[in-house]
Amino acid sequence: MSSGSKSEAVQGATLIAPPFFYALLVLAAPLFTIVTYSFLTDGYLEVVRDFTLDNYRHVFTDPIVRSVMMRSLGVSMMVTLVTVLLAFPVAYYVSLVVRPERKALWLFLITIPFWTSYLIRVFLWKVILGYNGVINSSLTGLGLIDEPLTFILYNVNSIVLTLAHAYAPFAILPIFVALEKIDRSLLEAGRDLGESRLMTFWRVTLPLAMPGVIAAVLIVFIPTIGDYVTPTVIGGGKIPMIANMIQVQMLDLDNRPLGSALAVTAMLIVAVVSGIFLFLNRRFLRVRR
Amino acid sequence: MRSGALQGGGLRIYALLYLLFLYAPILLLPVFAFNSGTIIAFPLKGFTTDWFAQMWADATLRRALTNSLTIAVSSSIFATCLGIFAARASTRFSFRGKGPIMGFIMLPMVLPEIIVAMSLLVVLLGAGVQLSILTVILGHTLICMPYAIAILSTAFSSLDPSLEEAAYDLGETKWGAFRLITLPLVMPGVISALLISFTISLDEFIIAFFLAGNEPTLPTYIFSQLRFPALIPMIMALGTVLVALSIVLLALGEYFRRRSLAKTGGKNTGGLL
Repeated sequence: MSSGSKSEAVQGATLIAPPFFYALLVLAAPLFTIVTYSFLTDGYLEVVRDFTLDNYRHVFTDPIVRSVMMRSLGVSMMVTLVTVLLAFPVAYYVSLVVRPERKALWLFLITIPFWTSYLIRVFLWKVILGYNGVINSSLTGLGLIDEPLTFILYNVNSIVLTLAHAYAPFAILPIFVALEKIDRSLLEAGRDLGESRLMTFWRVTLPLAMPGVIAAVLIVFIPTIGDYVTPTVIGGGKIPMIANMIQVQMLDLDNRPLGSALAVTAMLIVAVVSGIFLFLNRRFLRVRR
Repeated sequence: MRSGALQGGGLRIYALLYLLFLYAPILLLPVFAFNSGTIIAFPLKGFTTDWFAQMWADATLRRALTNSLTIAVSSSIFATCLGIFAARASTRFSFRGKGPIMGFIMLPMVLPEIIVAMSLLVVLLGAGVQLSILTVILGHTLICMPYAIAILSTAFSSLDPSLEEAAYDLGETKWGAFRLITLPLVMPGVISALLISFTISLDEFIIAFFLAGNEPTLPTYIFSQLRFPALIPMIMALGTVLVALSIVLLALGEYFRRRSLAKTGGKNTGGLL
């Protein structure tokens, strides 16, 4: 038996080797490189191999960097909040109200927009919200407004709206999966024991759905903080987020150490915020086991 | 009972409105793709198919399409092959460090793409590698792999191990059993993984933007055209074609995913993710 499990371990390790080495080569090595670069000095057209903490000093003291970091963090938190709040009732509806044989259709309908060109979807929001866009031209055409509304484009709100739209399925699916796992008899028990519908939701459904909500929050929060397309297209380049700043330092200004330090800091911030969030919600995750 | 029906009704209206919000931008695509006005605004001018003709005649677009197809086909094949190894290993065997290794392989799913693209770019430039569609394939394979693994793991885990054991007992070699029993049973999952990887790669912008050098791909071509207002109607036409294409691919992927579940006796629990 022991030799059997040993050969099984060897087989498993052999099988996992090709994808693992690919990820080591194409993901781990590059990540290791930018971590190393972030501690080196920038020279003209090259990276000088002198250890320094100046890049991080710059990242943490420069007011522009700080404002861009805070904006990225603010935007992605706002997007996460909006997306998850809007998505929860939809996941609840599909899981607990829709008939079982119709669920697959609903999920299919929800995922289709996600698979269509991200760039075009983002651009379409610009078309909808723009100065001469769909909303403004319709409203002026109907005589409801005289001047196009300017507050709906090139600002943080339009970035939040666009991202909330783009990440909607990411929030719905994990919550749906968590709701599907709930034993339906628990909900009936809550009702039978005299709880109101609202209290059953609050004390039974929501705590049991929390692992899904937590997954949704992380799945939306982590990629949005590094989004490049939306601030570029919707913000018109005037409201950069951290991804735009990394790109400018790395390529336009050719300061790879500083660009690397920005990237590493952004990853650290994401990791710390996610860690704090998981820690605050640890009791919901323990329930699942 | 009445209040229950009422609550369901309210939620239903909300869910339908939410679907409308999800689809609103996409529904505008065909509207403006067939509109003869050059400005994307209401009221509409008239019907035209000029934008599709203009799109068809664009040589750069055709080059971008060829590049994108080459990249998407190659990356989806590489990602699915690597995914088969990982999904098989994670569902069938237990080995040391399985959790961390699988977590690491799945990491690109949650890592911001700009980080993947930038770190890879820095290494490639540092190593003196010429940027081309090959470097894009390298990056796309990495980001498609976790999605392929997620789909393939479902296919492999709903597989009954006794079928393989029966094949061994009847004298098949490991490879023979895999080729004759396992692979045909997970085939729908493999096709589904190929289609999803293909769709992701075809649509991916960030990695293509930074790693393609001077070669255009569809998304980077679209991005470069967005600056010119006169070209927007043509982009709307292109968007219409792309959306129609994705829906067809997705419907195919969904069809094969369901067949895979039916074949291996699994329960249909829903979506593609």
